[in-house]
Amino acid sequence: MTGIYAENSEGIFKKSVLEAASYASRISNGGVLAVCIGQPKDGEADKLAQYGVSKLIVVDGIPAFDSQAYTAEITKIFSANQVQHIVLANTYEGKTLAPRISVAMNASLATNVVDFPDTSNGFRIRRGVFSGKGFAIVELNKTNKVIAITPNSTELKQNPVTISIEHSQAAAHQINTEITATSKAAGKIPLTEAEVVVSAGRGMKGPENWKMVEELAELLGAATACSKPVADMDWRPHNEHVGQTGITIKPNLYIAIGISGAIQHLAGVSSSKVIVVINKDPEAPFFKAADYGIVGDAFDVLPQLIEAARASKN
Amino acid sequence: MKILVCMSVVPDTTTKISFTDNNTKLNTQGVQFIINPYDELSLTRAIELTEKHGGTVTVANVGKADADAVIRKALAIGANDAIRINADPVDGQYVAEQLAHVIRSGGYDLVLTGRESIDYNGGQVCGLLGELLSWPAVNVCTRIDLENGKAIFERDIDGGRQTVTSSLPAVASAQKDLCEPRIPNMKGIMAARTKPLTVVEPVAVEFASTYRQFETPAPKQAVKLIDAANAGQLIDLLRNEAKIIA
Ligand SMILES: Cc1cc2nc3c(=O)[nH]c(=O)nc-3n(C[C@H](O)[C@H](O)[C@H](O)COP(=O)(O)OP(=O)(O)OC[C@H]3O[C@@H](n4cnc5c(N)ncnc54)[C@H](O)[C@@H]3O)c2cc1C
Repeated sequence: MTGIYAENSEGIFKKSVLEAASYASRISNGGVLAVCIGQPKDGEADKLAQYGVSKLIVVDGIPAFDSQAYTAEITKIFSANQVQHIVLANTYEGKTLAPRISVAMNASLATNVVDFPDTSNGFRIRRGVFSGKGFAIVELNKTNKVIAITPNSTELKQNPVTISIEHSQAAAHQINTEITATSKAAGKIPLTEAEVVVSAGRGMKGPENWKMVEELAELLGAATACSKPVADMDWRPHNEHVGQTGITIKPNLYIAIGISGAIQHLAGVSSSKVIVVINKDPEAPFFKAADYGIVGDAFDVLPQLIEAARASKN
Repeated sequence: MKILVCMSVVPDTTTKISFTDNNTKLNTQGVQFIINPYDELSLTRAIELTEKHGGTVTVANVGKADADAVIRKALAIGANDAIRINADPVDGQYVAEQLAHVIRSGGYDLVLTGRESIDYNGGQVCGLLGELLSWPAVNVCTRIDLENGKAIFERDIDGGRQTVTSSLPAVASAQKDLCEPRIPNMKGIMAARTKPLTVVEPVAVEFASTYRQFETPAPKQAVKLIDAANAGQLIDLLRNEAKIIA
């Protein structure tokens, strides 16, 4: 049996969890066991079943995220079910838990995994290294393995099965961390999960010009991102900063507007499937990494794109 | 307050990455090595905290002697002393085991790492240390403060931020926005020469993983240019040619 940790986002299983399920179901030779903490909303378990999860265990009795308590409960269930391979999404929560689970289960740990394993010669996975500038083939030596997969990297394939649901009451844990405040940008698509990203740089001249960027993003159902100087100057919030020292993303489509394409910026976005570059300088290095390019002034090009996107929507 | 800062030594961010020895090793020819940028943040924050609350900052690195020059830079920025565990940093799990061994006998209140190391992008060490030491671990922090014997962290979560109060000892990882990294000044560079850098031998640990091969991303096809006067055409191409939007 292969296990997944199904991160519960206010009762919802996001696409990254379904990718983990799909991944686990592909490498498993005997069903997929999902563990989630807290009750999922109605119908959510069926989503897991669509991607091959045959059993869901819901842990009750942990009121808030605490990496130690979560790890203890998750590994208790996986150990009891002889789970050797555990798959989770490389989200913030996944990245926090994967290392802990690997220690608790004496497992090899691979994070940032971008492909299915090759088991023809040992158990080898492919992971992103050097911030998008390379990949490594890594052999996982221990019997138990914890695999954290990068969202948007592996195929999401349906494999419908019937699912059984059980509940497990958490033990009493000493809780060492207490969450005192949470702030979330409401209604926004999280950058790491977005399939389309519209990103802009210093070429936009000032924060007041982002209206066009946001408008195009909204029409394309995209998240917005920016280059480092733009975040440094507080034109945009820091959580939009992509690149080597920001967030690494891998959307299907990345549209870069007025961004020069410095190596540190490319490091975080070059794994995007299709890259569009809009820059008035034909020598901008970003064009070398682009699939489609428009040499032109953003203030002239963006209104045209907005109009075309709106026209094709109607 | 005793703070340990775990530091990795990585290729400068402008490095053009290539591999040698049949793609089994990083080509280090002409590569400049630096303090991992996130560790520069945790180091700076650790120094700020000891300036405010008293205490010491120790830097720990798992690496060979060629890391010493970069470790001296951390001492120049303001760490009090340094420990180098004399071994190749095979993978995140190996590094964490070595660090945990040093931490167990060190009596630290707070251990800081970077959110990830920009070479192998594991983002593992903070969580691994937490579990190895049975300490709370708070990942991807944009704020680290100490109040009434507890640590207050602000961490990134998907789509937002969260404030977390934690008991000590604890381990946390640094994210951009934590602070402005400090640059060493002349006085710091002079002082660093005589600050203690202790070299210890590694403990025996089973290798959890083996790096077999590296690859560079496939080269891109030439860019397809669209006339700026007819930019709206792009939307059509994305939909019907690249089939990437609905
Ligand atoms: C250690 C380190 C880490 C770094 N990490 C990152 C990182 O994670 N992410 C990151 O983004 N950067 C990072 N950088 C910075 C990076 O080197 C570049 O400085 C930065 O990416 C440039 O941002 P930009 O392209 O927005 O601005 P610029 O370099 O100023 O480029 C602006 C571009 O806009 C174009 N332009 C101007 N006006 C218009 C117009 N009207 N219409 C169309 N185009 C126009 C210009 O031709 C130019 O190409 C890092 C640097 C260092 C040293």
